[in-house]
Amino acid sequence: MNLLFLIGAPLLTALAVLLARSKQQVRWISLAGPTVQLAMAFALFYFFRREKAAGNTSQVLFEQNHKLFEALNINFHFGVDGIAVAMILLTSFVLIAGVLVSWNVEKMTKEFYFLLILLALGAYGFFISLDLFIMFFFLEISVIPKYLLIGIWGSGKKEYAANKLALMLMGGSALILVGILGLYFLGGNSFDMLKLAKTNIPENLQQILFPLLFVGFGVFTALFPLHTWVPDGHSSAPTAGSMFLAGISMKLGGYGALRVATYLLPEGAKQYADIIIILSAIAILYGAFATMMQKDLKYINAYSSVSHVGFSLLGIGMLTQTAFTGALMQMVSHGVMTALFFAVIGMIYDRTHTRMVAEMGGLMKVMPFITTVFFIVGLCSLGLPGLSGFVAEMTVFVGSWENADAFHRIATIAAAMSIVVTAVYILRAIGRTAMGPITNESHLQLGDARWNEKLAAIILVAGILAIGIAPGWLNDLLQPAAAEIMNRIAGK
Amino acid sequence: MKRTPHLPEFVTLMLAAMLGMDLMISSANMLIFYLSLELATIPVAAMASFDLEKKTSSEGAMKMILSSAFSSGILLFGISLLYGTTGTVNLPELSQSLNGSPLQIMAFVFFFAAFAFKLSVVPFHLWTADVYEGSPFAVTAFLSVISKGAVAFIFITMLYHVFQPMLHIWYMMLVILAVLTMVTGNLFALRQQNIKRFLAFSSIAQVGFILVGISSYGTMGVVSATYFILVYIFSNLAAFGVASVIAEKTGKEKIDDYKGLYQTNPFLTWMMALALFSLAGIPPTAGFFGKLFLLTAGASRADYWFILIAALNMIISLYYYLKVVRAMFMDKNENPVERLHTSNSVKLGLIICGAGIVFTGLFSWIFDYIKSLS
Repeated sequence: MNLLFLIGAPLLTALAVLLARSKQQVRWISLAGPTVQLAMAFALFYFFRREKAAGNTSQVLFEQNHKLFEALNINFHFGVDGIAVAMILLTSFVLIAGVLVSWNVEKMTKEFYFLLILLALGAYGFFISLDLFIMFFFLEISVIPKYLLIGIWGSGKKEYAANKLALMLMGGSALILVGILGLYFLGGNSFDMLKLAKTNIPENLQQILFPLLFVGFGVFTALFPLHTWVPDGHSSAPTAGSMFLAGISMKLGGYGALRVATYLLPEGAKQYADIIIILSAIAILYGAFATMMQKDLKYINAYSSVSHVGFSLLGIGMLTQTAFTGALMQMVSHGVMTALFFAVIGMIYDRTHTRMVAEMGGLMKVMPFITTVFFIVGLCSLGLPGLSGFVAEMTVFVGSWENADAFHRIATIAAAMSIVVTAVYILRAIGRTAMGPITNESHLQLGDARWNEKLAAIILVAGILAIGIAPGWLNDLLQPAAAEIMNRIAGK
Repeated sequence: MKRTPHLPEFVTLMLAAMLGMDLMISSANMLIFYLSLELATIPVAAMASFDLEKKTSSEGAMKMILSSAFSSGILLFGISLLYGTTGTVNLPELSQSLNGSPLQIMAFVFFFAAFAFKLSVVPFHLWTADVYEGSPFAVTAFLSVISKGAVAFIFITMLYHVFQPMLHIWYMMLVILAVLTMVTGNLFALRQQNIKRFLAFSSIAQVGFILVGISSYGTMGVVSATYFILVYIFSNLAAFGVASVIAEKTGKEKIDDYKGLYQTNPFLTWMMALALFSLAGIPPTAGFFGKLFLLTAGASRADYWFILIAALNMIISLYYYLKVVRAMFMDKNENPVERLHTSNSVKLGLIICGAGIVFTGLFSWIFDYIKSLS
């Protein structure tokens, strides 16, 4: 399958949106584009599995290499491995749900969808590129659309949040930039990830470059203590913006931290693994306890995202194959789950015009569909078996437990304890909003989900169930790629 | 400039300055170089005072001519010292007879200072903001873009070819001045309210980035600096173009006046945003590639602290560029700039700049072509 389609489709969609004449046209075009992309993501998944089943053992498939800046040896080099396929599936799921959820955006509709699709373009490009320069290009592409989405269509302290997000993410990219420039010169003037994976970089330089890259990507994925943009950004963003931020953008960072920092600089990763574990354990617990204190539904999910993403970073820090697989599963699972969470919050907010838990109650009676989805996503978040969260977190814990020493055990136990806290805040939030008597009389007139919202929710719930009930397919995708990274760390 | 009564004089002066720049770039003799540099500077000072009704215009021109005369004096002193120690003013012979004696180093420092003045490198930048603010927009754009580009070219040639024996000296000087220029330019730009002063300080910061690229002694240094200047010309012209359209029609020059501009003038707003993103180095604009290549060139000497400082400066600069973007797109305004009718010629000019901003980066052969020339 030609991977160029994956960036061509969003590009064409974005241009078509610009040319559209009416709001209705804009909406249908931006629904058609992501539908095609979803189909392409499935096709990619199908072809990828077929190739693998046919015995193709090469590390990346569907590789293409086009010369770009010849003078600097920058190539438009791309290909996908299992991780990328999983991430592309995730992106297309979240994108189509995001478009459906924001069907009723009336303010500058055209610009809204244009930026949304641009974000997806950045994500697709990021996941398929094998050239660090091009990867960085796509990573940066998505910063400004986020800024504008929050700043123009957001709510609350939106300008502050937008600024904070843009500057912190740019700060992260600055570190990444220095890191990849270092790799470029050490790897003999090459940005090519596959080539860099074969060069041996001196250990003392790995110790300098690894923190640059890891912290740089860490900013994107809410590495403690650089997570502060997450609560503000998520809570101020419009619904689709939050879905994208938490569902995909944070995964760009996690993917980079594993696929670039850890994979290319294994010695550095070993050196700093303990610090990563400590930071992510803090993030997991801190995020969970901070969520307990929140009264605003969006803040609840934002802080719980910090906690959940911590599991991915914990998995990376554990440096075992199973833990890597778990970290990646957690990224995918959290992506779908949190997107759905924000979608539901957005639907509730559209009706009640409040996000405060205390001002709601008994919503089950007026909007059964929405609250049912709310229950599903909440249970997924607290790790109920049968839903995606359980599979991912369990894999991380199993992987972590493979390290037999006391330090790793304690960190694992500490992280696992957060699940109890998660159960408390999730059940409390859902219980207060959905159950009991209706506290606000005006809520009696509210309607249930419309067709677009139902469709979005169904798509994402399908994703959660597909991972939760039959995680085998995801494991098949991620396991070989995780093994490849592990081989490099073990020095084989 | 349609309303200026002295259009013929203005054009003559501009052409004279252009002639000076052409001569300057092709000169191979110190005295010819000096002469052409003056020819490229003095007419611009006269042009700066063309806004006859504005006091700031003549003030800016006065400041420019005084500090320019001062720097020319320093330059001449430097040249005479060079002549005294080497006995020649021909550039090829000069480079062979340089041996790095203390007197020559002193001469070089004077020489460097004169260039730093023209490029408005900190601490020789003090004239920039006042002149930019006071001059008519056309002159400001000319000053910040074309004259700076020409001087940067000749600066690179001088450093790489003539003063090549003093590489270790000028490398350190460049690093220090680049850091100073980026930091100062950025910090001052943060506080500006007037769009022209804002662009003046931002262009000082941009020069700092060019110095980062130049500091790598090698082909990449020349190529990346040349490429960046090309990109910078498009971006800065677009920014100044939009600002001048608005100032000409409404007289508004404050950043606060740009609040809510998107509601009334979407085309101008997008052009401005594109230009500012390019100046800030945000993809997919060419500014992203330009800045990254400069940093790549600078990193080739493995001074990672230096590159990290430069990269962090990109964040500061993003903050103030976003301030304007925020004003245009997000802030509400009771009485925004009214819907302006832009003539087709202005629109065409802006579209050319916009296309340059987008396609100079994405069409990678442009970069490779520049590389093949050097």
